[in-house]
Amino acid sequence: MKLLASLLLFLCMPVVWAAEANIPKPDIGKGGQCVKDTQWMRKNHMHLLVHQRDETVRKGIRDDSISLKNCIECHASTKDDSVIARNDSFCVACHHYEAVKIDCFECHSGTRKSAWKQRSAK
Amino acid sequence: MSDVNSQRRGFLKTSLGVAAVSIAPGMLLFDVAHGKSEAVTSKVRWGMMIDTAQCKEGCNECVTACNTENGLTGGKLPTDSQWIRKIEIKDISSGRELSLPMMCQHCEQPPCVDVCPTGASFKREDGIVLVDKHRCIGCRYCMMACPYKARSFVHEVVTDQNPDVPRGKGTVESCTMCVHKIDAGEQPACAQSCPNKAILFGDLNNQESEIYKKVHSVASVQVRADLQLNPGVRYQGL
Repeated sequence: MKLLASLLLFLCMPVVWAAEANIPKPDIGKGGQCVKDTQWMRKNHMHLLVHQRDETVRKGIRDDSISLKNCIECHASTKDDSVIARNDSFCVACHHYEAVKIDCFECHSGTRKSAWKQRSAK
Repeated sequence: MSDVNSQRRGFLKTSLGVAAVSIAPGMLLFDVAHGKSEAVTSKVRWGMMIDTAQCKEGCNECVTACNTENGLTGGKLPTDSQWIRKIEIKDISSGRELSLPMMCQHCEQPPCVDVCPTGASFKREDGIVLVDKHRCIGCRYCMMACPYKARSFVHEVVTDQNPDVPRGKGTVESCTMCVHKIDAGEQPACAQSCPNKAILFGDLNNQESEIYKKVHSVASVQVRADLQLNPGVRYQGL
């Protein structure tokens, strides 16, 4: 039994190594979890964002917990207050890896509101 | 046996503790998360009453405040966005001069909404006329339809927007009545900034509101009332 287990482990190791070499490592900023667990969010965040954008623009429902602005508030890098500034920024890292273009930030700001306020006050 | 029981009790206590700790942050975050979870209704109709007697010639405070709030450049080129502008008018026969702010009039029957081929131009339940830039294709029909020349097209790439006011190249935009501020219970930037309180903002449907009382007691007109669009912005002394 033990032999079989170690054999399995041995066979799996190269696969794990290969996968880890390229895996995106986003700068998660302050991070934390307020909507759903990480794995769920990785798979479904776009549905939440599309749903919420119509609710907000058309009906004025501004549910902070799933607003894009609030996502950015926690996930913007602590170094440059942005989710899009660098190749390992929160949004860019995975989107770059998956080759999926993000349109959000052609109109939306990728900067944390508090940081933007500080900058524009100067 | 008793040893096993006490071990079991200890295990239960610890796991309960762990469960409590892991639930607590989630619950806390639900409390922290706020904002409006209710849709706006047609019980409210936002509007403005502009007192032209109080609006001073040469004063540009409302325009500056709008530009700052919404991240507009304030440039005067034909390609620069202009959400609100000051206009000077003169009655030729009497020589009487007036200065007043002009912006999206937030019509009840907006022509911009009628002509929009994609449904991007729309009127919110509370009377604010907006562009849903997720659907805007930049065809500019609405700009042609608007009798007030209230809309602008974004010609250049925009960077460093106000996180509350998304703006982007290839879409049409206009005065939003600072919808992000209204939803937060604040006044539009122009009304807030006017040094002479010439812009009165409020709910035209609420009998208790200052604007309702003023509309029902003071003579005021809608610009191009002949078009029967029933704008939400009214002018006093025009």
